[in-house]
Amino acid sequence: MPGIGAKVVFDAGELDHLIAVLRQQGMLVLGPKVEDAAVIYAPLDSAADLPTGWTDRCEAGTYRLSRAADNSPASFGYTLGVQGWKRALYPPRQKLFHAERAGSGFRVLREHDPAQPMAFLGVRGCELAAIRVQDAVFDSHGFAEPGYLGRRRQSLIIAVECSHAAETCFCASAGAGPAVGTGVDIVLNEIVEDGAARYVAEARSERGLAVLAHLTVRPATTDEIDTARHQPQQAARQQTRGLDPDAAGVLARNLENPRWAQVAQRCLTCANCTMVCPTCYCTTVEDVTDLSGNHAERWRRWDSCFTIDYSYIHGGSVRNETASRYRQWITHKLSTWHSQFGASGCVGCGRCIAWCPVGIDITEEVRVLRETEQGR
Amino acid sequence: MVRTEGLGRVIDEHPFFQGIDGKLRATLAGCATNMRVEAGEYLFRQGGPAEQFYLLRRGRIAIEIHAPARPPLIVETVGEDDVVGWSWLVPPYRWTFDARALELTRLVALDAACLRRKMEEDTELGFEVMRRFVPVIAHRLASTRLQVLDLYGPPSGAGGRA
Amino acid sequence: MTAILSSDPMLPLPFRIERVKRELSDTFTLELRPEAGGRFAFKPGQFNMLYVFGVGEVPISISGDPADDSVLVHTIRSVGGVTRAMGELEAGNALGVRGPYGTGWPVESAFGDDLVIIAGGVGLAPLRPAIYQALAQREKFGKVLILYGARTPEDILFKKELEKWRGRFDVDVLVTVDRATGRWGGTVGVVTNLINRGGFDHLHTTALVCGPEVMMRYAVQALEKRGVSTDKIHLSMERNMKCGVGTCGHCQWGPHVTCRDGPVFRYRDVAALVPIWEL
Repeated sequence: MPGIGAKVVFDAGELDHLIAVLRQQGMLVLGPKVEDAAVIYAPLDSAADLPTGWTDRCEAGTYRLSRAADNSPASFGYTLGVQGWKRALYPPRQKLFHAERAGSGFRVLREHDPAQPMAFLGVRGCELAAIRVQDAVFDSHGFAEPGYLGRRRQSLIIAVECSHAAETCFCASAGAGPAVGTGVDIVLNEIVEDGAARYVAEARSERGLAVLAHLTVRPATTDEIDTARHQPQQAARQQTRGLDPDAAGVLARNLENPRWAQVAQRCLTCANCTMVCPTCYCTTVEDVTDLSGNHAERWRRWDSCFTIDYSYIHGGSVRNETASRYRQWITHKLSTWHSQFGASGCVGCGRCIAWCPVGIDITEEVRVLRETEQGR
Repeated sequence: MVRTEGLGRVIDEHPFFQGIDGKLRATLAGCATNMRVEAGEYLFRQGGPAEQFYLLRRGRIAIEIHAPARPPLIVETVGEDDVVGWSWLVPPYRWTFDARALELTRLVALDAACLRRKMEEDTELGFEVMRRFVPVIAHRLASTRLQVLDLYGPPSGAGGRA
Repeated sequence: MTAILSSDPMLPLPFRIERVKRELSDTFTLELRPEAGGRFAFKPGQFNMLYVFGVGEVPISISGDPADDSVLVHTIRSVGGVTRAMGELEAGNALGVRGPYGTGWPVESAFGDDLVIIAGGVGLAPLRPAIYQALAQREKFGKVLILYGARTPEDILFKKELEKWRGRFDVDVLVTVDRATGRWGGTVGVVTNLINRGGFDHLHTTALVCGPEVMMRYAVQALEKRGVSTDKIHLSMERNMKCGVGTCGHCQWGPHVTCRDGPVFRYRDVAALVPIWEL
């Protein structure tokens, strides 16, 4: 019986078996699926739902999904889903409580969250790093977010390491991949050879081991182990973008750089970047009542620092200009996140570059700030 | 009869004339008189000839505007160690506001016409006096601007920087 | 630290309004007691998230006496939908409370110093708990000065208490208004003029400042001009808050999370941020 860290191999057919095992255990299996001309993470019924034979092209302001050449049998031949796994761990709408009028006062009733445990299939190195970033956000400074932490603890994470990088990727320079780090249950590497796909698998936790035990596996060969190790390294080498190693310092020193006015001329404050970013966590609350006025609910929903009333205090918003809102986003992500959480908020997934309608590139913004620093 | 020596000391002690030299002090003393106003009395009225300015020694003066059918609007109150009146420096040398004593107030009044004449003759004296007045006017302007902002007023959507 | 803990930090605890006091035309004070009984302890300067059933929640500083943990007091100005709805509540109605949150005024670290309290408009409300705490241990301070600026004489908050504090022989209270009619016999002018008058030993002074941000900036400038050190000047900042516990992101100011690192900040720690617009 192979233990934690042992490398085994199973063939493509076992993927279906894996999904079935997880579903039998009562888990909601989430994984990549093609929908609306994009790869998204959604519930999977079987391996047939996977984006087998699909690949993507990500460039600044561009995302295109297309069929891979030669009828590729790769199920994980795309790079990233549109949004990370935060959609599952910290959903866009969460009911915080409901309240009922009682006499001249009211009663607050906690929402019982009967969340189904989830299994994430196909988590990339950068995405796992993003989950670790959010783990720190939601359990720090004496505040523990019960919803996120509850869902997180119950989730099973099956990573699939990248074998190639998109043009927008820069996880290597962000120190967040492509190789998968800690906090994962099973790591897979997809090897495509002779028209078929097979998976080098390694359990990294007892839970992962217990799941693998249900599958038909054989020990991996030395070649297969080498390939599994080289694939993420290859993905790293393909990366053309890089984040300044002292992005935090550059941003802290350049809060009044003229560059902000320039990027503001392009930025639409559409908030796409915050929606696709796997670490963005800002939310707002909505209080609603029904028509009788006796029943009230409070909902938490995703918010973005790009909205005009994000910083509203009586009379107006603190951040009116596009420039100040863009500055807030990038400075929080790459600089002040360090003061708040002891690490960078960026994992180099590059989604913000691809999904920005005008292709603003945060790595380039930091580079220009460094080049135009006053008095250096 | 004014005792010049006594007033010289008063001028010395008033913060407005800190560090003044003997010759200048004597000149000023020559234009100075001690005076006092009772609560409710007007020191000067808007539009009147600005023939003096005042060093406040103790008491309080309200700088105000008279408007019809309502009580006067107080723009600022000045007190001990302040200076009242700069219109004497700016043609047409007429008071821009009313000045009313809120309580018994002791002041040293300096004869503006006398001083203006001396300042024309002795430009060094002129410079010394201007040098001391400009900060007073600047300070009044800055304060007034803050008052005009109505910072404590109800918040409006006028886009003021928060 | 409150003795009454909610099982979930986002769930408000119902408090009953015992008394509503109209202070000014747009400002009122609520005295609250927890429905479930118990005490509510807080530090001067802290705030609660107050929830109006079905309407919304806003951060409001606590304005009562920290020595009295049997009643929770908030002074609120009607400036928006939620605060206006709050202004329509009566004794017997309920309000949801989450808190207390945030940093407090460093009253006890100021022992041995002259304590200068500078408030503008409704900014006197978050400072009132600090005043109570200081006066309860008056002998620990050198001079105690309260400098207060209001819009007009009709907008002087806590007028009777200001008179009472002034009536003590060991507290200097100076009040000024931005404008007045001739019926006002007091001072007219900006509150920074009161700072310029001095009356405190700049080398041994702790200043607590609260009011509109513009007023606080000029007040700090005036204090610095008098030689007060920036690490002895403290201000209370206000930012949009949706959670009060550092998780919604809205109240950030540079690296600081206002609901947790503030709202009271030592000026030295934030001096570099103050001049940057729209930060």
